[in-house]
This record gives sequence, structure tokens and C-alpha cells, in this order.
Amino acid sequence: MADLVITGGRVLDASGERAADVLVRGGHVVEVGEGLRGDERLDAAGCIVTPGLVDVHVHLREPGMEEAETVETGARAAALGGYTAVVAMPNTTPPLDDPAVVAAVLAAGERAICEVASSGAITKGRQGRELAPMGELHKLGVRMFTDDGDCVADAGVMRRALEYSLALPMAVISQHAEDPALAGGGAMHEGEWSSRLGIPGRPAAAEEVIVARDLILAGVTGAHVHFQHVSTAGAVEMVRAAKARGLRVSAEACPHHFTLTDACCASFDPVFKVNPPLRTEADLAAIKAGLADGTIDVIATDHAPHPTEAKERPFEEAPSGMLGLETALALVWEELVRPGVLTEAQALAAASWRGAAIAGLAHQGQPVAPDAVANLCIFDPEHRWEVDADRLASKARNTPYAGRTLTGKVRHTILRGEVVVRDGEAQR
Amino acid sequence: MKHLLSIADLTRDDIEEMLVLAESFREVTQRDIPKVPALRGKVVVSLFYEDSTRTRISFETAAKRLSCDVMGFSVSSSSVKKGESLRDTVQTIEAMGIDAVVMRHSAAGAPNRVADWIDAHIVNAGDGCHEHPTQALLDLLTLRRHLGAGLDGARIAIVGDILHSRVARSDALAFAALGADVTLVAPPTLLPSTLAGWPVSVSHDLDAVLADLDVIYLLRIQRERQNEALLPSLREYTARYGLTVERAGRLRKDALVMHPGPMNRGVEIAAEVAEGPASVITEQVANGVAVRMAVLYKLLGSGASGVVGPGAVVGASGAHVEGATLG
Repeated sequence: MADLVITGGRVLDASGERAADVLVRGGHVVEVGEGLRGDERLDAAGCIVTPGLVDVHVHLREPGMEEAETVETGARAAALGGYTAVVAMPNTTPPLDDPAVVAAVLAAGERAICEVASSGAITKGRQGRELAPMGELHKLGVRMFTDDGDCVADAGVMRRALEYSLALPMAVISQHAEDPALAGGGAMHEGEWSSRLGIPGRPAAAEEVIVARDLILAGVTGAHVHFQHVSTAGAVEMVRAAKARGLRVSAEACPHHFTLTDACCASFDPVFKVNPPLRTEADLAAIKAGLADGTIDVIATDHAPHPTEAKERPFEEAPSGMLGLETALALVWEELVRPGVLTEAQALAAASWRGAAIAGLAHQGQPVAPDAVANLCIFDPEHRWEVDADRLASKARNTPYAGRTLTGKVRHTILRGEVVVRDGEAQR
Repeated sequence: MKHLLSIADLTRDDIEEMLVLAESFREVTQRDIPKVPALRGKVVVSLFYEDSTRTRISFETAAKRLSCDVMGFSVSSSSVKKGESLRDTVQTIEAMGIDAVVMRHSAAGAPNRVADWIDAHIVNAGDGCHEHPTQALLDLLTLRRHLGAGLDGARIAIVGDILHSRVARSDALAFAALGADVTLVAPPTLLPSTLAGWPVSVSHDLDAVLADLDVIYLLRIQRERQNEALLPSLREYTARYGLTVERAGRLRKDALVMHPGPMNRGVEIAAEVAEGPASVITEQVANGVAVRMAVLYKLLGSGASGVVGPGAVVGASGAHVEGATLG
């Protein structure tokens, strides 16, 4: 295989920052330094060269809802967003509670332009009652177990899942923390806007009672609990306190929860409908503070494609979820890095290497150094572009940022040494 | 004005202008032949995704009295039952050549969505728990006839299931916009978790506010609320919040009793009170037609011609109306 040299960029990884060229050969980084030469040159002038991003929370919709997304198209959207690995969520049809279904997703991922890891359901059919074959799924490489889309609402089942995970190295129980008894029937954050709009609410308390309960269970069992898409100030505070006590807890936040508020729902456009819902300015500030002090470990997108016709319904009747992969890093720069909430290194830690560690992805998020697998993101923080929903690589169009001008765009993405995105264009 | 989607979109001037227009049409509705050619040739579709007797008939009557062609769209017999999306349904209807859609839907904001998709004028005839703007306008028309043009300082209590009530949302905004002092009265379980942004005060105790009221407005209480743990029982609700004969006796002599219908007699209101001298409930229904004529005329009439005001429509003497100029 020919040499590839990435020139003129600023390398930023867990080990620090330096201006350097990167030489890639045979799928690996072979040299990092000044004035390197190779058969093929990839221009990174003005760009940050960083380990490929890792998203621990995406919905690829395969199998069962291929009209919204497939492993192939979701992976392409991911690669364009700078991701070299994503973890697929289990709420497919059939769900990822079965080794054969997980194996099929992983096989499709082998052909994709982004590494696709699979989560596994915690319970059979994501019904919240009996444990899924977690051990068999673990044998296939599953590390994150979740019933995402639904909360494991039964405290007894959650306790057993946490306990059982202790026997599975690197396993993490990942919770969609929303108590259905409190959130059920709601379509947006319960507060001033839901009160005025007459849209049934999903209260912050629905998230917080589950976080409180599961932190107690994590303490009792000693297992690793991960909270998906943390969205309330109260949840951030509880996770912060639990970390201070030394519990094995991690948490993620989504770009929409630090960029958009429940006021968006006044348009009645269900492109703004998501679970957990868009919250208030105070929650948004708490999410940012949680990212800044490390209470929230990772930024995940909860990329949730839906067919256009499914969102062309009244707010209460439309499905929840929004696209995220192709806009995430630009939003991180706009809302977190440029305003000084996070340093570049903190932002990339949350978007790449900490996620790789939580998801147990050995070849992701590694420092850009000789012998590392060449999974790289080359990001131009000054590139201005307008989000055009019709030009996204995702099959779906449900981005809440359509029409917005963002500054910061992924220029190239390299997966196992292959240039899968070049100058902002997917190569296959 | 292109659409009537919510009272929240209207200024005090907008509301007052609509009420003046409605007064004119009220006069029309009292004629021997209560029909004017003001909107001849205009096509109004009534698109009701939720059962309604009075609102639908009221709108259709209003449209017919303005000489509109009215097309009824019945969800139970339509392709909606076959899974057609809301957008496809309204675009199909629009393609038939229509001017306005009067729409009721069980989901908040459904008319707002439709307004984004098609060019016709949209009139919200009730959307989920959001708003019911023509109900608020007819309630205002009724109040004006008893209390005078302004409602400044009038003490109005809206009693009942505020949380699930589109009437409460529209009425609270409309009454307050005209200067009334609005109090919501309900058990905490039937109020939104916050009332920030609502121009109202709140009480959980009907007996404490009863004696001071100029108007008591009762909302229908749904039987299902018992099953959702929002109420122990309808009996307890009546005991604490029902306008019983005994409570009605403690109202001021000139206080008005209102209800948007349909009533649960014996639950939120005693039958004797609903029929009693303080009740203006049937007037509300009658005023509904005049208000809906005003709304349809405002959206379809003056906007279309740009020259003809309400005076020309109704005519100075009320004897005859020149509708031909409206095209």
C-alpha cells in the first residue's frame, strides 16, 4: 500500500499538541514529525489532525427501518462528521437482543466507511423484564448494553443487569434515564413552554429519579453505569456527586442538549422533538458546566434518523429523535470551544478518546503515534458552511439545524489508513 | 390576517376589531333571512379529526350564512383511516381548490403545521390542549354584551381541568388581553406544573374566591381523569369545585355563569344553575355563529377584496347587503 502523508496540520491527541506531518502506511501511523514525504499527500493546512471521533450513541435503523437509515448510510454520515467509530443502538426490528441480529449488523459494518460497534439490549425484546443473552453478545464484542429508546424502568431488573455485567470484562450498563411512569405520554420538556403550548410534558424529574435510583444501584453492585443523553441540571449534579464518591459512573451529553431549548417547540415542528426533550437555558448551562469539569465524559449525538413523512405529523404524534452525526463537531466548536467552555483538547477528549475507552474500542481514540491504527479526523475549525438538509449523507432529513451557518467542518477522515472522506466528500 | 391559529398571536386591537365585526354579524343572524352573499363562491372545508357537534355545526352555519360552499371532511369515512398522513390529506384537499380550512385536531399545533404546508387560510377550531380561539372570541362577545366593551377589572374565575383545556388557554389570554383579572381555580393535579407566562392568578379553593366574582366560567371535567390518578372521584370534584346550587347562592346577584359545553350536569355544574337566571350558556352558543362569521369574513373577505369593510357587508340599515362587490 502506498504511503500517505498528512501535511501542515496541528496534531492534537491525548498526549498533547504539536505541529507535525503524519505518515500513514499499511493502515497504521508510521511516523509523526516535520517535513515528511509520501506517495500521496493530504493537505491539512489550518486543520487539527486528531484521533477519529467516537460516538457511543447512534441509531442506524438497520434492521427494520431501512427507509430512514442503514448501516451503510449512517456510517457515511458518521465519516463525514469525522467519526471513525460509532456504537449502534439496539432499538431495531428485530432488536439487538440476539447474537444473529448483532452479527448481521457487525457484518454490514465491515463494509462501511466507519467502524460500527454494536450495543446489545439489556433485556429480551427491550421489554424490561428478562435479561437478554448478555454473555453471548459480549462474546461477539458487545461492550455497551442498553435498552435505549426505553428505560430499564424496573429497579429489580436494573439491579440484576448491573450485577450480571460484573462477570463480563469491560461491560457497561447504559441507561436511557426516563421513568415512563413520569414521562409517559409527554412530548416535550414539562415547563413554561409545555404549559403554554398545551403539549403534554416530560418532566426533568422523570430523568432525575432514574439517575438517583441507578446511582444507588451502581453503588450497591459496584458495576459501571453509563447515563445516556443527560439533559437536566439535577442529573448533572447527581453524577458529579457520585463521581466524587468514587462510583463507577460515566455520562454523555448530546449537542442538541447544549445548543437548543424547549422554546424551539413553539414552532410545533417535530424536528425539535427528542427524548429526553430539549430543556431550559438553566439545564443547558448545567450541561456545559458538566462537560467543562468532566462530570459528563463524552459527547454523543443520539443520531436518530426518521423518514420525512414520519415527521410530517403533528408534534405529539411524530416520533422522537433528530440527526446529529454531520453537525456535531461544528456545534462543539461553536457552542463550547470558541466561547471558551472547553479547550480544544477537552472537546476532542469528549468527542473521541473518552468514548473509545467507555465503549472498549481498542483501536480508536489512540494517540497519533507510530504503530497506532490510522483512524484520524482532520478538522478545519474555520470552514464556514450552511446546513442543507437535502445534502446530508444520512437518508433522513430531520436535522434541527437546517439553514444554520456553522463554522468548522471535517475536511478528511481516515479509517484504518484509507481516506474515506476527502475534502468533505465521502469516497465510497 | 392570514390564519386564526391562537389567541396568543392576537393583540388587544386585533381582538376588539374582531368583536366589533362579530357584533355586526350578530345583527345579521337575527334577521328573518339570516344570510348574506359576502363570501359567495368561497370554499370552506371543515376538517374535524376529533368529534365535535357544536363547533362543527356552528362553523358550518356561519360559513353558509356567508354564502360559502362548505365541504365536510369526515375522518371516519376518509383515507385518514387508511393511514394517509396529515400533510397528504390537506394537500389533496387543497388541490380541489379551496379557500379556507376549519380544523379540529387532537394534537396541539396541528393547525400550525398545516399552515406551513398549504396556502389556504386556516382556522383553528380546537387543537389538542393548546387553543380554541373562536371559543374565546365568542366568550368575549358574550361578556361584552353584559359587562360593556372593556373587561377592565372584571373578576373572572375559570374553574376546572385547566391542564387539559384548550378553552382555558385561549380564554385566559383573551380575557386578560381585554383587562380582566383572571383567576384559575383547580386542584393542583389539574393545573400545569408552572403558570409562568400566563396572565393569571391561581387558587385551589373555589369557596375563597366565589363571592368576589363577576363571572364564573366552568370547564367540562372528563371522567377519565379519575383513572389517571388526577382526581379521587368526580364526587369529590363536585364537592370541592362544582358549582352547586348552594355555591351559586353565594355568587353576587349580577354574576354570570358560563360554560363552553358540553356540560356534565351534576358534576361541574348543577342542572338548576345551568338553567338559572345567571347562566348565559345558550347565549354563548348563539354568539358562536356570529363570531365564526366574523372570523371567516376577516380572513376570506376583506383580505380578498382589500376594499370592503364590515359596514358595507352588513349594510347601514341591515335591510340588504351588497355582496357582489366582494367577488
